[in-house]
Amino acid sequence: MIVELDLRGEVCPYTFVKTKLKLEELESGEELNVILDHAPAVDNVPRSLKNEGHKILEIEQNGDHLWKVKILKA
Amino acid sequence: MLGGFSEEQIKRYSRHIILPEVGGKGQKKLLSSRVLCIGAGGLGAPIIEYLAAAGVGTLGIIDDDTVDLSNLQRQIIHGGNVGIHKVESARQFINNLNPDIEVRTYVERLNANNVVDIFKEYDIVVDGSDNFATRYLVNDACVLTDTPLSHGSIYRFEGQVTTIIPHKGPCYRCIFEHAPPPGMVPSCQEAGVLGVLPGIIGVIQATEVVKYLLGIGELLVGRLIYYDALNMVFDEIKIRWNKNCPVCGTEPKITSIQEEIYGESCRIW
Repeated sequence: MIVELDLRGEVCPYTFVKTKLKLEELESGEELNVILDHAPAVDNVPRSLKNEGHKILEIEQNGDHLWKVKILKA
Repeated sequence: MLGGFSEEQIKRYSRHIILPEVGGKGQKKLLSSRVLCIGAGGLGAPIIEYLAAAGVGTLGIIDDDTVDLSNLQRQIIHGGNVGIHKVESARQFINNLNPDIEVRTYVERLNANNVVDIFKEYDIVVDGSDNFATRYLVNDACVLTDTPLSHGSIYRFEGQVTTIIPHKGPCYRCIFEHAPPPGMVPSCQEAGVLGVLPGIIGVIQATEVVKYLLGIGELLVGRLIYYDALNMVFDEIKIRWNKNCPVCGTEPKITSIQEEIYGESCRIW
């Protein structure tokens, strides 16, 4: 099951903080999709997640200011 | 609610949650922890300040003193509260800083009769006391109740700090078996103290408490930091468990808290 977290309206660093809190609720190997509309977060969130060992599966752009980051929990 | 945190808590603790060593799980540990601070004076004030900010969920504070103008040279949290009980002043400070914290106050002196019952309620004790009788009472009660202890003390421009995990490392009596005779070491009232000194030592103690609660890093177990503010030197002194220690040695002489041991001089025989 893919879990989705809608972070539209959130800015850094809360985009990462909330992604991290959601990941802590998941099991290793589960997938989390995060929806972002804050452009800097599209770079920052994946970078911070990689630092913590998680895997970025894909960053999908769905409009001018809309992205979906697909994460595999470590 | 994400991970059991309110929106306000996510913001408040975001800089902790971001740290890989803390995260939401670590922050929850802090929020469910109970720390007892002995004294709300020079050392206690910065200890309370940072533990409350860090989100240590329950803070016990024991002190029977009231705020005096001469305290404000170093006890920042008591500003504007001259004349009121230090524990009450500390409670006001904490409530303003972080309403997540449950504050338990004890307007009394720690003594042989109340120490064990009070310590039982906490995960770790931080000693911010200013006299040998209390310091030895705290050490012995921590050893006998198996309660971790952060020790700090200050004198003029110097301070020392160590962390005691009973039976896993040396205790205060392993280093200093007895207190010096009465009158040999002047109190801070007589000797003076550089106002910033307790801030530094107290914040190191708070750091150790937070690390202990999170279960991260290397604690100051078996090590004593000696700080000299005048020359700005930190020395680390290795300390060993003393098998002849009167409280945690192989044949301890102190096996329960007896009032007569904790006179002013704290000499036990």
